[in-house]
Amino acid sequence: MHIPDGFIDLPTSAAAGLIAVSATALSLKKAKGELDDRTAPMAGLTAVFIFAVQMLNFPVAAGTSGHLLGGALATVLVGPYAASLALTVVLGIQALLFADGGLTALGLNILNMSVIGVFSSYFIFKIAMKFFPKVRGSIALAAGIAAFISVPLAATGFVLEYAIGGTGTAPVTTVFAAMFSTHVLIGIGEAMITVLTVTAIMATRSDLVYAWKSADVKLEVRNS
Amino acid sequence: MKTQDKKLRKFYVAFFSVAVALAGVVSFYASSHPDGLEKVAEDQGFLDTARDSAVSGSPLSDYGISGIASERLSVGLAGVLGVLATAAVAFGLFRLLRKKR
Repeated sequence: MHIPDGFIDLPTSAAAGLIAVSATALSLKKAKGELDDRTAPMAGLTAVFIFAVQMLNFPVAAGTSGHLLGGALATVLVGPYAASLALTVVLGIQALLFADGGLTALGLNILNMSVIGVFSSYFIFKIAMKFFPKVRGSIALAAGIAAFISVPLAATGFVLEYAIGGTGTAPVTTVFAAMFSTHVLIGIGEAMITVLTVTAIMATRSDLVYAWKSADVKLEVRNS
Repeated sequence: MKTQDKKLRKFYVAFFSVAVALAGVVSFYASSHPDGLEKVAEDQGFLDTARDSAVSGSPLSDYGISGIASERLSVGLAGVLGVLATAAVAFGLFRLLRKKR
């Protein structure tokens, strides 16, 4: 899912970079009021955990692998703004130290994974929770649904960028079909890892889980 | 209050240890097939439009440490270093952002 340099032209990458910077600035501002002595370490751990699990590519189809993006997992654990920042830290470390994802493509990768991946997860999670009873088990289930859907959505982010500034010659519709179908499969893995992790943390320290803490008080209120 | 703090710390340490184990040990068993995007790029004939990142010469590039022959050790150490680097940046950032009590 990490876009290398060259797939997308520079103007489009720069535009994505601008969106990424604005989104990060907004998340910094919003996360500032939300984190306290207990949840700030949790947000750091979430970034660390996602870095680790992103190394674990799992096979999805003949000759193809996928790995966790972590948008839904992070959102449920620490809320969308801290989640977006956590993902951005991971993407920055990967691009700068590991040459995983290009440097000029960093804005594109942040847009797809830290912005689309995280905030689509947040809204899907909220919607799913409206249909579920407000019990512990619902959190992991709704997280899994958000995880499953957010991956093809993040992949669609790439396709949009390819449509605007892709340097390849393959038609956009073909690229879309291939990206979408592959990432639906990766989404299944994403959902499984997310459900497993959220279930484990809900069983041990549900008081640290953002989505559970805010479930009884704030779930009905849909702040913009 | 004191025992609660201790329990909390224990949970943090456990969570961190799981990440270290995944990046340091389990990562060796990860699939080495191209990921979804890379495979699509290959099939759709635009994989060759990729250019090397400016940091592709980094000693940690591609999750291995250049100069270490053992694949298991190389990827494991790279993973642990990545975990530590992520921890340094992320804990620092979120510490700055938290509300002071």
